[in-house]
Amino acid sequence: MFKLKATLAAAAALCLFSSGSVFAEEKVEVLHWWTSGGEAAALNVLKKDLESQGVTWNDMPVAGGSGVQAMTVLRARVTAGNAPTAVQMLGFDILDWSGEGVLADLNKVAEEENWDAVIPDAIKRFAKPEGVWIAAPVNVHSTNWVWANKAIFDELNLKQPATWDELITSLDKIKAAGYIAMAHGGQAWQDGTVFDSVVLATGGPEFYQKAMNELDEAALGSDTMKTVFDRMAQLRGYVDDNFSGRDWNLATAMVINKEAGVQFMGDWAKGEFLSASKKPGEDFLCFRFPDSQGAVLFNSDQFVMFAVGEEQRPAQEKLAMSVMSPAFQQAFNKVKGSVMARTDVDASVLDACGQQGQVDLAEANKSNKLFGSMAHGHGAPSGIKSAVFDVVTAHFNGEYDSAAAVEELAAAVQAAK
Amino acid sequence: MISSSSSRLLDKIRAWLPALVLSPSFAAILLFVYGFIIFTGYLSLTDSRLLPSFDFVGLINYQKLLGLRHWNTALKNLAIFGGLYISICVILGLLLAILLDQKIRVEGILRPIYLYPMALSFIVTGTAWKWFLDPGFGLEHTMQTWGFLDFQFRWIKDRNMAIYTIVIAAVWQSSGFVMAMFLAGLRGIDTEIMKAAQIDGAGNFQLYRRIVLPQLRPAFLSAFVVLTHLAIKTYDLVVAMTNGGPGRATEVPATFMYSYTFTRSQMGIGSGSAVIMLAMIASIMVPYLYAELRQGGKT
Amino acid sequence: MSQSRDNSLPTSHFTRALIYTALLIFAVYYLLPLFVMLTNSLKTLDEIRAGNMLALPRSITIEPWLKAWDSAQIGVDPSGLKPYFMNSVLMVIPAVLISTMLGAINGYILTKWNFRGAGVMFGLMLFSCFIPFQIVLIPMARVLGLIGLAGTTSGLVLVHVVYGIGFTTLFFRNYYNAFPDELVRAALLDGAGFFRIFWRILLPSSGPIIVVTIIWQFTNIWNDFLFGASFADFDSQPITVALNNLVSSSTGVKEYNVHFAGAILAALPTLIVYIVSGRYFVRGLMAGSVKG
Repeated sequence: MFKLKATLAAAAALCLFSSGSVFAEEKVEVLHWWTSGGEAAALNVLKKDLESQGVTWNDMPVAGGSGVQAMTVLRARVTAGNAPTAVQMLGFDILDWSGEGVLADLNKVAEEENWDAVIPDAIKRFAKPEGVWIAAPVNVHSTNWVWANKAIFDELNLKQPATWDELITSLDKIKAAGYIAMAHGGQAWQDGTVFDSVVLATGGPEFYQKAMNELDEAALGSDTMKTVFDRMAQLRGYVDDNFSGRDWNLATAMVINKEAGVQFMGDWAKGEFLSASKKPGEDFLCFRFPDSQGAVLFNSDQFVMFAVGEEQRPAQEKLAMSVMSPAFQQAFNKVKGSVMARTDVDASVLDACGQQGQVDLAEANKSNKLFGSMAHGHGAPSGIKSAVFDVVTAHFNGEYDSAAAVEELAAAVQAAK
Repeated sequence: MISSSSSRLLDKIRAWLPALVLSPSFAAILLFVYGFIIFTGYLSLTDSRLLPSFDFVGLINYQKLLGLRHWNTALKNLAIFGGLYISICVILGLLLAILLDQKIRVEGILRPIYLYPMALSFIVTGTAWKWFLDPGFGLEHTMQTWGFLDFQFRWIKDRNMAIYTIVIAAVWQSSGFVMAMFLAGLRGIDTEIMKAAQIDGAGNFQLYRRIVLPQLRPAFLSAFVVLTHLAIKTYDLVVAMTNGGPGRATEVPATFMYSYTFTRSQMGIGSGSAVIMLAMIASIMVPYLYAELRQGGKT
Repeated sequence: MSQSRDNSLPTSHFTRALIYTALLIFAVYYLLPLFVMLTNSLKTLDEIRAGNMLALPRSITIEPWLKAWDSAQIGVDPSGLKPYFMNSVLMVIPAVLISTMLGAINGYILTKWNFRGAGVMFGLMLFSCFIPFQIVLIPMARVLGLIGLAGTTSGLVLVHVVYGIGFTTLFFRNYYNAFPDELVRAALLDGAGFFRIFWRILLPSSGPIIVVTIIWQFTNIWNDFLFGASFADFDSQPITVALNNLVSSSTGVKEYNVHFAGAILAALPTLIVYIVSGRYFVRGLMAGSVKG
């Protein structure tokens, strides 16, 4: 083995030159996939905040596929015993990791800062499973939104559609006027985001919960589900020919630039409007997906803290406290488009859309109409989520008809359980 | 006494030295390749999800795998892609090599032009081809601004045609390399035989069919083996160009395996698909290696 | 290549014109993507949007190149590709050298010191070239963690050396196979030892195959994305990972020109290696790997 050892020694010697690590300073390494304009700007708020406390931010972005690559990297790094300090993560992924015993325990900080009182239960389910705080929730996103170009709506004398039929009428008019009616990117998760809203709008809150959270076989295979797929096929008629593979923020840009009428997307789309200096109510409109008013599909970005060495603990706790500080939550969510994860923070700093979002969230929470979004990892574990995506995206791209899609859906979910 | 025994020891070391020097490399391969293959094979029989688990569940993962529509699409795509990719690369590579072998004055300029795509990563070329084939930005848009308003080329957005765009890009990437292999083969052919055949009055076509092609057999074989394994391993290109879309229309086994192992938290099924891929590669490689070793021990 | 310049067929002027035309058409096909990347990297974003992809730039700007190199947004930091370029260099040089050296000595042993089981060992090593690398990610991560190389450039070097040995050994074995055994035997009779024969007799005549091996290894390792993305930390990510981040980072507007410039920057070292030493490549292939 002498040669291999020599190789290793040479390689290690080389490494000393390439990465001199300094232990005296406090630093955090953050793995994330926030690389679009609005997202990076929002994250920069956190970075600045930490730097003002003397904590170095080591950025570890892994872009692509809404976190797909980042999760692979995370797996490799945890397996190697070299986990980053904090990782951006969603819903059921957090629960999966909490079962592996590699996460940090934030209970001490949480107690000092009284997180229990200010974080809603629906989010605590993921941030504090089995009584241990393992993650610091940054925000609550809501996915059943419509983003519309106001100039187009004014030009065509359109009102905000409140029902499915009104939506279809509006889309028809936009299309007839020569615009692209629906800005959309043909990626599985974007198809899934629209599907989420259509399920909620078509079947109502209870149906959504049954089908997308409880994975009830009868609901998945029901006639209502067939209507959902019919409606998806109907929506397919309003996208442009070039939609396949487009990134979501480019679809948003189409609405911003008056090329397209509406986009069905979560409230992170607002971040793109804002970073293009557009104003809600003046340049663009935000309203709930028709027929889904009163209910909220949510997902919550959280920074999951991994167990790191003692010397890194103080920096990690500073990061967690920073994420949870009211000032940061306000500053961050103003840019990102989401609303605060804390319920005790003044929402008046947000714009009109944000304020409506915060109100909707509170009401939905009260009336038990707050559901985890399937498309964004808060409805079911990732295996099932992907199985749903398979069917939705195949159907949306015309691989089979609605009746077949219903059968496929039930079968796929069953197989992935 | 002492000197003779120490010299015997030295002899022994000398006899073992070659094996000794080879052994670190071999040990590394044993562990990092075969050890990991066995590990993967075992995982395919367990209920591993997010991270490896060692709870044995038998062949359930394979049963699930074979029932997945998705996996069948991936296999079908591999058959289409692999068949076209290998045959077009071989034909094009051979054609270019023969043409380039006709005392071409500018060969020194043309050769690197044919060869350079090999130098680029699939991330780069995949992105370039994606732009080029994008109807709103690339070829279709360009032709339309030139006045060919009816020109349409939107294969990459068409779920029935998208796999062919991947063939186009992959052929572009590797055919130059195949050309180089054939060119090397052609340059190695004994010119006397060619001359003799020409004197015998063999026509050009006859000459190539009877004399040249049979002599290129090793080059054919190498090209076939290299291309086959590249086809089965194709991953980056698909991810960069279509990411498996539209829908799941361009999923191939490598992307399937990656997504099940790493993003869907179904590591057991993912490992099962890896084992099947390995078996496919082995079924092509093992006969080749066997033949290679039989004749290659000493020439 | 003088000994083989005579395979060409006797042909008329017309056929020759036809051959040249065909070769030129193919040259256009191969050059097209590079041409598209290059011209568009020199345009302003407005011109890209207004004009068409194949048009030459009206006014040349190197702004996109500068931006891609040191100020483009990669994740949160506007660092450009520059720091990642250095990471790649630090990874690729030792990895190529070590794997080439190991390949040379392995090839030498396998052809000139044929001991029992050497054939099987070679077969096993060769098969390792053909495994899909995705399967090794998790166990490899574990091993890197155990030996303390996780997230380091040295770890990446080790990974690339291990999975490069198969090919480098193949190249050298095939090359040395054709090397006359008599010379080795004569040297042995003269009392030359194992290493001396390698250094003094085989290595000095290995120029072409060393070039092929270095080109091959350099290209593969420089272009690797999977290992780089999985085994690197924030401070050791290679350029391919950064390029992927760059291309996926966008502020509502895809800055195609910056992306094109970045793509070419990331590909530049391998392109240069190919263009500078490409002529040795065919010669090396001839001498080695294509023969059975």
